[in-house]
Amino acid sequence: MTVNEVVRILNATVLVEGDMETEIKTACGSDMMSDVLAFVKDQALLLTGLCNPQVIRTAEMMDMRCVVFVRGKDIDESIKNLARTRDIIVLKTGYRMFTACGLLFAGGLRGECEEK
Amino acid sequence: MSTLTLRYEVPGDDFTRAGEASSDVKRKLKQLGYNPEAIRKVAIAMYEGEINMVIHAGGGEATVDIDPKQVKIVLTDHGPGIPDVGKAMQEGWSTAPDNVRNLGFGAGMGLPNIKKYTDELRIDTKVGEGTSLFMTVYA
Ligand SMILES: Nc1ncnc2c1ncn2[C@@H]1O[C@H](COP(=O)(O)OP(=O)(O)OP(=O)(O)O)[C@@H](O)[C@H]1O
Ligand SMILES: [Mg+2]
Repeated sequence: MTVNEVVRILNATVLVEGDMETEIKTACGSDMMSDVLAFVKDQALLLTGLCNPQVIRTAEMMDMRCVVFVRGKDIDESIKNLARTRDIIVLKTGYRMFTACGLLFAGGLRGECEEK
Repeated sequence: MSTLTLRYEVPGDDFTRAGEASSDVKRKLKQLGYNPEAIRKVAIAMYEGEINMVIHAGGGEATVDIDPKQVKIVLTDHGPGIPDVGKAMQEGWSTAPDNVRNLGFGAGMGLPNIKKYTDELRIDTKVGEGTSLFMTVYA
């Protein structure tokens, strides 16, 4: 699905724009950046409840295209600015982690577990 | 491309800035047209090491040598050192306090991940003096 479809499915607010037609095939959800760095492979989208600049840095190191902050928390301007300079799209949804992941999965997005 | 050497101070008192050095290295490697798989390995390994210097050792220095064949990264800190490197290399072993876990780190996955993404890794550490990580990623 495209980022635009992610926005629609999650009823999300776009905090940092980018190429909204970017195709997303796989995603992961985690509040632990340690786990994202250790276990994620080619996921283009990260859902997280953690709100600090290291979320954007982790996405940057993993070549992810889009970060979704769940639970509708307010996101600091410095986080948005960092994402802007790194060309990472940032969204915010009111849904909690489980629901957000479930909605995207139902919409066709997959995690990495399929391979196992 | 001859050898390009980059040096960074990694401040220990500002968690929000942790990763700036790794980010800069990643961008430089991209500009040089370096092999994307090698860039990814360098970025992840160096970022894990940089975060470790900030959360466990009060900051440190990074030196990165880039040549067409390989990237060498040396991370040096003057923190507490690692008493048992064998243990520290195990997945899930961490001394990180709760406040670090609340920041999204401290799962004990960093060092094993560095091992996974580097082609060569040496750790020199002495309790009370500090730690140096020598990593090499082949192009
Ligand atoms: N530069 C360092 N100085 C002192 N101790 C360190 C340093 N790097 C790692 N350690 C020690 O080794 C342990 C394991 O490190 P590792 O990076 O694998 O996990 P972590 O940093 O605790 O968690 P994670 O990397 O998953 O966020 C740390 O908890 C810490 O005790
Ligand atoms: Mg670590």
